[in-house]
Amino acid sequence: MNLFRIAWRNIAHKPLNTALSLILLAFGVGIISLLLLLESSLQKEFDRNIKDIDMVLGAKGSPLQLILANVYHIDAPTGNISRAEAQRVMKHPYIDKAIPLAYGDNYRSYRIVGTTHAYPEHYEVSVQEGRLWDVPFEATIGSKVAAESGMKIGDTFYSAHGLEDETDIHKDHAFTIVGIFAESGSVIDQLILTPMESIWNVHEHPEEMDEEAPPGPRPEDEITAVLLTKKNPLALVMIPTLIKDTNMQIALPSIEINRLTQNFGIGMQTLQGIAILIMIISFISVFISLYNSMKERKYELALMRSMGASRQTLFVMILLEGFWLTVVGTFIGLCLSRLGMIILSSVMKDQFKYDISNIGILPHETILVGITIFVGVLASLLPAVSAVRMDVSKILGDA
Amino acid sequence: MLETNNLYFEYADGPSFTFPDMKCVSGESLLLLGDSGKGKTTLLHLLAGLLSPTSGTVTLAGQEISRMGQQERDRFRGQHIGIVFQSAHFVQSLNVIDNLVLPQYLSGRTVDKGAAIAILERLNLGHKVKAHTNQLSIGEQQRVAIARALVNNPDVLLADEPTSALDDRNAHEVISLLEEQAALTGASLIIVTHDQRLKDHFEKRVTL
Repeated sequence: MNLFRIAWRNIAHKPLNTALSLILLAFGVGIISLLLLLESSLQKEFDRNIKDIDMVLGAKGSPLQLILANVYHIDAPTGNISRAEAQRVMKHPYIDKAIPLAYGDNYRSYRIVGTTHAYPEHYEVSVQEGRLWDVPFEATIGSKVAAESGMKIGDTFYSAHGLEDETDIHKDHAFTIVGIFAESGSVIDQLILTPMESIWNVHEHPEEMDEEAPPGPRPEDEITAVLLTKKNPLALVMIPTLIKDTNMQIALPSIEINRLTQNFGIGMQTLQGIAILIMIISFISVFISLYNSMKERKYELALMRSMGASRQTLFVMILLEGFWLTVVGTFIGLCLSRLGMIILSSVMKDQFKYDISNIGILPHETILVGITIFVGVLASLLPAVSAVRMDVSKILGDA
Repeated sequence: MLETNNLYFEYADGPSFTFPDMKCVSGESLLLLGDSGKGKTTLLHLLAGLLSPTSGTVTLAGQEISRMGQQERDRFRGQHIGIVFQSAHFVQSLNVIDNLVLPQYLSGRTVDKGAAIAILERLNLGHKVKAHTNQLSIGEQQRVAIARALVNNPDVLLADEPTSALDDRNAHEVISLLEEQAALTGASLIIVTHDQRLKDHFEKRVTL
């Protein structure tokens, strides 16, 4: 017998009142927690692909587009840049790693990216089957590409011009698959990697060359972007000045992604507002439920005083009832949000993956739990105070 | 031993009462008889320390209840005084045995389920240990309430109108039970009532 247990029995004794408070609390906490989990999951997804890339060098245009196109491969590139000019940046002493990317072709909407071996190495993606490419027109494909297209090592395919379109197919150069990457959760899963030369050669059409056309840049003079990691923080200041007079720009993935998530934020904030409203209603419900049950149990409480319970004991007991309600409601809410994540990730298998091993409490959720329990106890404060104030003799005498 | 001296109580916006001095040694029974409006309940609450007298003293087991602080008084009451109210009330969410050990817990004693069960058995309620209080008959409820008043081995057993709602036979039974149990526990028994049927049953009585 202790106060925790008495308080527990008291709320269990009123199943309907208790259920109402619990449902409201669980939904409020559940929605907020679901938003937090989504946010952290998306953040992780973004971070996994940024993976220490400090800067992206590419053609002028929207910096966000540059990042989306070249780090996440979900937007069109901003254009091409001159290889010679890019080399100046890549060889700069403040730059540690420089991974060139060249693309513009696809196979059944999977992007074909010309790059160096440094690219899969940077993401620590290993080859599960076969090997990395060696010569032009050899390709190593991502795990998702392999799984969805059913392509195997030794298969050949033709690339199509553009990133999604399949009408303009480069029939004269066939790619051969020499390897398949292991699944990594990074963008490489959905890419086809090949040497830069493949991309350049595909776009060289000597037989169509018009003698009279002005000599434009040859394909091998151009690349799409360069992923950079810095050796010296000053690079962030120096490199932009270095490329001031070119058609190139530098974009910082962390800043662009922050901007992006802030834009996302509006929708999130609306939902969060609704959830907070639900929580406020649930606190009011906890308050009303405790206050009513306190009024109903007035005689019971007076009786407990007659048996030796002090005012403080009753005060604590009613606070504990509020505590139990919020603790159980919060717990159900946290379970609901995790259930929601599991359902979401199974419904949107392709776009979104929830790592079940991350089912633990997020730091933000700790704050949520703390605030909820605090406010829950606060909501039981008034009923508790009126229990302290009651006139025991009058209540016992009137009955 | 319970003793009162020049006990006087005045409600803030109501009647005032002056009570005759009384004394009740251990093992003795005392009947406080009075019609409605004579301040019976007020007296019982003063004796139990639920009210503080405007002037005068209540002394129990050598300690002056009327001079104790609120918390001390609550605890003292829990440990030394058992109260049987006119109608039996319980903490609804707890079963019979938990209601019985509640006074032990609330008065700061160690919870002794065995002792509580022994009292239930003494009152022929051994089979109702796990029952819910609302499943009991009125008579059983009254007996559980008596068991609850006895569970802390009180020095004084106070009963407020224990027979007013009962017929002759049941009234007699309850009174014998109270006397018997008070004797077994070694407690003084003080009954506050307007029930004239009890007048001849008690040697020692004070009329208000």
